[in-house]
Amino acid sequence: MTLTNSKWILLAVLALAVAGCSGNKTKEADGNRAAVEDRGIGHGEADDPGVTTTGIGDDDPYSSAALGDPNDPDGPLSVRIIYFDLDSSNVRADFRSTIEAHAAYLAANPDASISLEGHADERGSREYNLALGERRALAVRKQLVLLGASAGQAQAVSYGEERPVMVGSDEESYALNRRVEIIY
Amino acid sequence: MSLVRVIFISIALSCVTGAAAAQSRDLLEIRITQGIEGALPIAIVPFDWAADAPAEVNVSAVVAADLRGSGRFAPMPVADLPSRPAAFSDINFKDWRLLGMDNLVIGQVKQTSADQFAIEFRVIDVISEKQLAGFRIPTSGKNLRLTAHHVSDLIFETILKIKGAFATRIAYITVEKINNKDSKFRLQISDSDGHNARTILESREPLLSPAWSPSGDRLAYVSFEDRNSAIYVQDIRSGKREKVAFGRGINSSPAFSPDGNSLLMTRSRDGNPDIFLMDLKTKKQRRLTTHPAIDTEARWTPDGRHLVFTSDRGGGPQIYRLPIDGGRPKRLTFNMGNYNSRASLSPDGKQMAVVNGGDKGYRIAVVDLERDSFEILTDASLDESPSFAPNGAMIIYATMGRAGAELAAVSVDGRVRQRLALQKGEVREPAWGPIRK
Repeated sequence: MTLTNSKWILLAVLALAVAGCSGNKTKEADGNRAAVEDRGIGHGEADDPGVTTTGIGDDDPYSSAALGDPNDPDGPLSVRIIYFDLDSSNVRADFRSTIEAHAAYLAANPDASISLEGHADERGSREYNLALGERRALAVRKQLVLLGASAGQAQAVSYGEERPVMVGSDEESYALNRRVEIIY
Repeated sequence: MSLVRVIFISIALSCVTGAAAAQSRDLLEIRITQGIEGALPIAIVPFDWAADAPAEVNVSAVVAADLRGSGRFAPMPVADLPSRPAAFSDINFKDWRLLGMDNLVIGQVKQTSADQFAIEFRVIDVISEKQLAGFRIPTSGKNLRLTAHHVSDLIFETILKIKGAFATRIAYITVEKINNKDSKFRLQISDSDGHNARTILESREPLLSPAWSPSGDRLAYVSFEDRNSAIYVQDIRSGKREKVAFGRGINSSPAFSPDGNSLLMTRSRDGNPDIFLMDLKTKKQRRLTTHPAIDTEARWTPDGRHLVFTSDRGGGPQIYRLPIDGGRPKRLTFNMGNYNSRASLSPDGKQMAVVNGGDKGYRIAVVDLERDSFEILTDASLDESPSFAPNGAMIIYATMGRAGAELAAVSVDGRVRQRLALQKGEVREPAWGPIRK
């Protein structure tokens, strides 16, 4: 509960920070860093004995670049592919920061919209895989919405196994093909 | 049941008239990779061709290839024939008995007018020295090859008492890679032996799930041309088509009702794939499943009273049956692993082919619905899309070949296997059409 609340507050702060800097990249980055540093995320140590701070743990993914330019090749928004485990639509922990970054961006930019393309590997039947791809896209969409994006900003589309990025019948190809692509 | 008899047949391109070059890319090549030990020996004497112009279709060669392709017959090579009788009275039965031939087919093709022909043939039992059947079939030049398949059907049924399915068509999807990023998807129809392939739709976006109407005049399929799945119904003769299901979510897995008037389909407008029934005239639809799990791949039972479908409501995908008019779904796949999908029912509704996933990969299994037993028919690792032949004897499916996906067919008892490969590109998602009327 506390965690969720703090995230909402954080989102609001971050959104305001971005809204206030009218597209100036340098300022935007500065604003973010300031906002994040004020919260002391990821440290949880009080350097002033008179103040008690509460750390929210290592799983909090926000970093100073969380609201960066979506076109910045080094920013978190440049990660546009979420990979999945076999026969699973659970968003893996290693992609939570990516999804949170996109959610924060969408929350801060209500006019922005994305398409979520769900994909499956080639094993099993095509129609069932079409449904699995959609389930993955919807799982990402649900998380984005929980994290502040509005439902109308993300459209889920499934291509099933019809659009592999890697052609091959091996684990490596399968792992790369089980994915949701975020398309701005 | 051994792999003793491994026969390779290359169907000669010269059998195809005209446009051989244009069709060569699309021609499916059939190889029998496993036949039945003790396939029935049969002699098919080349049919006389009595017409003005040279033969465009070698009718008796098409018949011999069909029968050999079924794995149930072993036609004698033409070069080995001891004689070429044209009439019943010309037959020296002793010669044929000595060669171990059980049956003999003799016949001829006569031109009856400018573009009209008649195929006459007789099926003869060498042992009893009796004619089992004799037919005269009028046809046109254009339909000679199709009529030859019809002759194969009649011979097959006369001798084996099983309806033949040679004079049928298959629909399938081909994929040709243009470059690293782009592919061309084609929806094609060919005769059951891979000849006469024609493209009825071409797209840069994926195509899948072709499904025949019961009369064979229309195909329903899924196209991603709008950047999302949508269901179309296309008239095969005119090429005219109608987009019947589209919009948000999945619109896929069409299946015609036995009367051809409605479609079962998968839609996920409300965020979860369920089975819907759409009246094709009014476009009114009724939702048949409401479970939060994936429900898809619906197929009618032949009596039109039930549907079978894939659902992962129990964890992994399994096949369930549900009355069309509503009721509780009943699970049909038990004790056969945690992955069973994409059911195809036999024409009599007693058997069901499925994709069965296990440790060794995904294979085609056939479930006996009366005895509650199953048998795995194939042994590759990525087999999918099973489709019953309309005579219930064979199942066509997609498998992985050396150069990508190709088609294969297996007899329901697992004893006969064929491969149908494109010379270039991939071919997948076969759907075997109905018996032509």
